[in-house]
Amino acid sequence: MYRIVTKKALTPTLILLEIEAPMIAKKAEPGQFIILRVDEDGERIPITIHDFDREKGTVSIIFQIVGATTEKLNRKQEGEYIQDFVGPLGNATEMPGCKKVAVVGGGVGTAIAFPVAKKLHNQGVHVDLIVGFRNKDVVVLEDEFKNACTNYFVGTDDGSYVRKALVTELLEEQIQAGANYDAVFCVGPMMMMKFVCKLTEKYNIPTVVSMSPIMVDGTGMCGGCRLTVGGETKFACVDGPDFDGFKVDWDEAVKRGKMYGAWERHKHEATCNLFKKEVK
Amino acid sequence: MPNMSLKKNEMPSQDPNVRNKNFLEVALGYTEEQALDEAARCLNCKNHPCVGGCPVNVKIPEFIKKITEKDYEGAYQVIHETSSLPAVCGRVCPQETQCEKYCVRGVKGEPVGIGRLERFVADWHNAHVQEAPAKPASNGHKVAVIGSGPSGLTCAGDLAKKGYEVTVFEALHLAGGVLVYGIPEFRLPKSIVSKEVDGLKALGVKIETNMVIGRVVSIDELIEQYGFEAVFIGSGAGLPMFMHIPGENLCGVYSANEFLTRINLMKAYKEDSDTPIMPLAGKTVAVVGGGNVAMDAARCSKRLGAEVYVVYRRGMEELPARHEEVEHAIEEGIIFKTLHNPVEIHGGEDGYVKGMTCIQMELGEPDASGRRRPIEIQGSEFELPVDCVIMALGTSPNPLIKNTTPGLEVNRKGCIVVNEDGLTSHPSVYAGGDAVTGAATVILAMGAGKLGAKSIDEQLSK
Repeated sequence: MYRIVTKKALTPTLILLEIEAPMIAKKAEPGQFIILRVDEDGERIPITIHDFDREKGTVSIIFQIVGATTEKLNRKQEGEYIQDFVGPLGNATEMPGCKKVAVVGGGVGTAIAFPVAKKLHNQGVHVDLIVGFRNKDVVVLEDEFKNACTNYFVGTDDGSYVRKALVTELLEEQIQAGANYDAVFCVGPMMMMKFVCKLTEKYNIPTVVSMSPIMVDGTGMCGGCRLTVGGETKFACVDGPDFDGFKVDWDEAVKRGKMYGAWERHKHEATCNLFKKEVK
Repeated sequence: MPNMSLKKNEMPSQDPNVRNKNFLEVALGYTEEQALDEAARCLNCKNHPCVGGCPVNVKIPEFIKKITEKDYEGAYQVIHETSSLPAVCGRVCPQETQCEKYCVRGVKGEPVGIGRLERFVADWHNAHVQEAPAKPASNGHKVAVIGSGPSGLTCAGDLAKKGYEVTVFEALHLAGGVLVYGIPEFRLPKSIVSKEVDGLKALGVKIETNMVIGRVVSIDELIEQYGFEAVFIGSGAGLPMFMHIPGENLCGVYSANEFLTRINLMKAYKEDSDTPIMPLAGKTVAVVGGGNVAMDAARCSKRLGAEVYVVYRRGMEELPARHEEVEHAIEEGIIFKTLHNPVEIHGGEDGYVKGMTCIQMELGEPDASGRRRPIEIQGSEFELPVDCVIMALGTSPNPLIKNTTPGLEVNRKGCIVVNEDGLTSHPSVYAGGDAVTGAATVILAMGAGKLGAKSIDEQLSK
């Protein structure tokens, strides 16, 4: 059992949990993920590590309440325990030899972009952190972001905060202004990553994407997380989660990501109904 | 006077048309009368060739004699001297190619039902003996075991009995390895596995779940920082193989590992489980492969309401699965498409499987494995409409431990290289089971776990 040390709602549906897991905290590196199970009947879900504190022995994650499992997870309060928490899994993000990079994050993906930006920034790399949100209500973690980069750019889909711009537009502006990036690191919704890669390919800037497909064990055992990368089958859990964005078969990845969509909607509804009943 | 019937007592089983709709155990086990009758078939012959056929040399005639004396606990103790998992082995061992193959009674008629008797004895013990084994006094030596499958559990048990302080590290959230994620409930109830694990805990074995060795802590760290004097690697062969044919990454194509893990470990067949599995009621499933894992995947699919094909490139005679498993599958209505091989999987616009192109095969001359080589019959391709494809083509060892343990030698197939004592190229690291042999059987893994324990004991008690 793993104790929730801190719980913070960044927005009503975007939740930060700091979990006591000293052994994982000792080894975790930006780009890696954990797998958790909320309770005995729970499914195993992968969540990318947002932050870690080696001395305190804690690992932080940020999740969006989107389905039955995240709904259940959000029911856990500070001081309570979650059943299983395993990691660190996957390979850490490496951007060897880069002097200037753009780190691009969208939506909940910004939570993952943060530790990567921070690590590179601490290594003396020039980091332009480019983040996008749907609207001003879901803009989060700005202070942290600003401390983890050289320049910070933010846009919203509807223009309700700072300016109306997609991350692709913000990125292209910098490229055209002569940013001359050695590489781009990108994490967020699959469609966003696909379009960032389309853009960077045009400018021939190597782009690393962080993938989060459906997984069961996260150790290479099930193969549920397989992707086609450069015509070859790769397992995101052990070969990734970072891949060369130009080589990912996006259409296949999008379809595989929706494999249990209908089931999940049904389960989410059932879980919400159950919670409502309990509240009455 | 021995029972000279040429036939074994039949195993009472759930009716095929009932059991193919539930996940309860298929074989129900002998009654006391049946066990006594079967035990009386053993001649207690002088040479007892059966013992040599058992990878852990269970004293078979001795335990059967105890049954005839109605000393069932005595029989259990005889088995337990050499086998740490009797209730498991009585269910999943391929007795027909081991102990029973060498039984003298098999020369004329059927051999003694040794496996069925072993199961009877183990179940009797589990039902009647509650007291936990006493925890032996510690000898002060710490040993780490990686993996809680058959080899790891056996190694841990043998060492704990000798007073070693053993910690088992398991990557998943539940101990048991392939016994819990791979073998289905209807062949091996999970309550039996948890009972065996509880027995080990009573002996003082610590089980640490959620520990992916190589990620959270390395083997060298276990030795240098955590004070373990020896390590046994029993991490199995968990990496699924695929065919690398077009369409293999469509929605609805599973590795048998994923499919079985969702069902067995995550209980996706139960209403209250949060883990999804493709709804298969009224759908058609093709399981590709012919081993025990393929049979398990096929029979699980059937239980989820699907029409099921087993697609295998050789003939019925060549199926590597246990004869009994194939028979059970046929009884349950699984359709065997032998001498067929998939060429391509097709999907619809939505990305889900719609069908599979297969080609017919014929058998040529024997190949290096001694089995007749399957050859494609040109122009025999045809379309098999299916909604789901499960690849049960075998597994290979996970490279994680190799990649994070400098100096650990593996062979071309990624299997850990060991000497005759189970020692790896690392001076205090032993290994055994599928991590060394590639995918094999529960009992062979147990044998390797025993050897590992013996060698570790010899090294540390010097």
